[in-house]
Amino acid sequence: MLNIGGLKDGIVLDHIQAGKSMDIYKYLKLDKLDCQVAIIKNARSNKMGRKDILKIEGGLDVVDLDVLGYIDCNITVNIIKEEKIVEKKVVRLPGKLTNIIKCKNPRCITSIEQELPHVFLLADEENQVYRCAYCEEKHK
Amino acid sequence: MRHLLSPLDFSVDELDRLMELAGDIEAHPDKYKEACKGKKLATLFYEPSTRTRLSFEAAMLNLGGSVLGFSSADSSSAAKGESVSDTIRVISCYADICAMRHPKEGAPMVAAMKSGIPVINAGDGGHQHPTQTLTDLLTIRSLKGRLSGMTVGLCGDLKFGRTVHSLIEALVRYPDIRFVLISPEELRVPSYIRENVLDAHQIPYEEVRDLETAMPSLDILYMTRVQKERFFSEDEYIRMKDCYILDRAKLKTAKSDMCILHPLPRVNEISVEVDDDPRAAYFPQAQYGVYIRMALILTLLEITV
Repeated sequence: MLNIGGLKDGIVLDHIQAGKSMDIYKYLKLDKLDCQVAIIKNARSNKMGRKDILKIEGGLDVVDLDVLGYIDCNITVNIIKEEKIVEKKVVRLPGKLTNIIKCKNPRCITSIEQELPHVFLLADEENQVYRCAYCEEKHK
Repeated sequence: MRHLLSPLDFSVDELDRLMELAGDIEAHPDKYKEACKGKKLATLFYEPSTRTRLSFEAAMLNLGGSVLGFSSADSSSAAKGESVSDTIRVISCYADICAMRHPKEGAPMVAAMKSGIPVINAGDGGHQHPTQTLTDLLTIRSLKGRLSGMTVGLCGDLKFGRTVHSLIEALVRYPDIRFVLISPEELRVPSYIRENVLDAHQIPYEEVRDLETAMPSLDILYMTRVQKERFFSEDEYIRMKDCYILDRAKLKTAKSDMCILHPLPRVNEISVEVDDDPRAAYFPQAQYGVYIRMALILTLLEITV
């Protein structure tokens, strides 16, 4: 077992589907932050077989829970203070995504209106279907 | 301030009131001839559409108002690269209400987000065309006396035909409606209409390829044109354009009181020999389009007569 140093204050994203941690790293724009980040890939898990874990130093404000919910709503978010888990956050599929995914419909107004935010609305929770707020195209 | 971006922006009750107002306008046009005196309608047409634009302009002129605008992107500031958001903020200083047609889907929604005046979606790409839907509803209601308990056949380009999408969304709110969707495989109704509208409202529908087989069950036959401008490839357009041509022979098995609608312009999908058939309702439909746009302008400007 690989040992990673403990986290004094920060966030641990646990139960990430194996192989998805780099996607989350990218979506959360963690490369733009100065804080320490540990990426643990393919950790052994009784529940999942293998999983990824991200340990992020700092407050919850660095993590957009909506992004996490969109990527994988089974992720566990543990808030760490003084090396102890003080809170577990439940991640939900967000009702609205802004500037997280882009509309690929060439007929959509977002294809020409440069400053327009790309907004997607949850159309079908069961099947995790998001549709562009402007043209209603399904995100694939 | 209200806008009209989708036919669902109005409740069934509001639509009823709108159609009653249109009926009153039809019956007493003189009563409304100065209702919009001093008001201006801007027609912002980023793609050509003689019919819809003139229908809006006729509606405003009938109400005693005036009109200004452009009829293609080339003659607008869009040619210089101005965004829809900026254009609408400027137009809000010049007019009291605007009708926008744009080839990009969702453009009128973007305009409405920044506008200081009511925005009417006059067609956005292959997405929505709510005033055509209001026209279609008024035509059906006026000719059939109801908007419920009907089998509605939609024929032709059901993929890019925005009038079809809007009409389906509007009609599913009335009881006992059934659809027959007649199109080639390549031009089927998009998945979001099937899933979010038809399935979500548990509306019975069937998708078929053959118009003649479907004909005897129909109360309404809504024909559409295969639109060249919606295709990226000329070859694909040529392959699709002659899929369905309605002629007298095909109407033999149709009900005697069926109504044939078409958003116009037609190319060859309805043979001219059908024009004299009493079931042909596509020219009266254009007249109803003016009445409903008059009612819409009055409603969005909150003018009562």
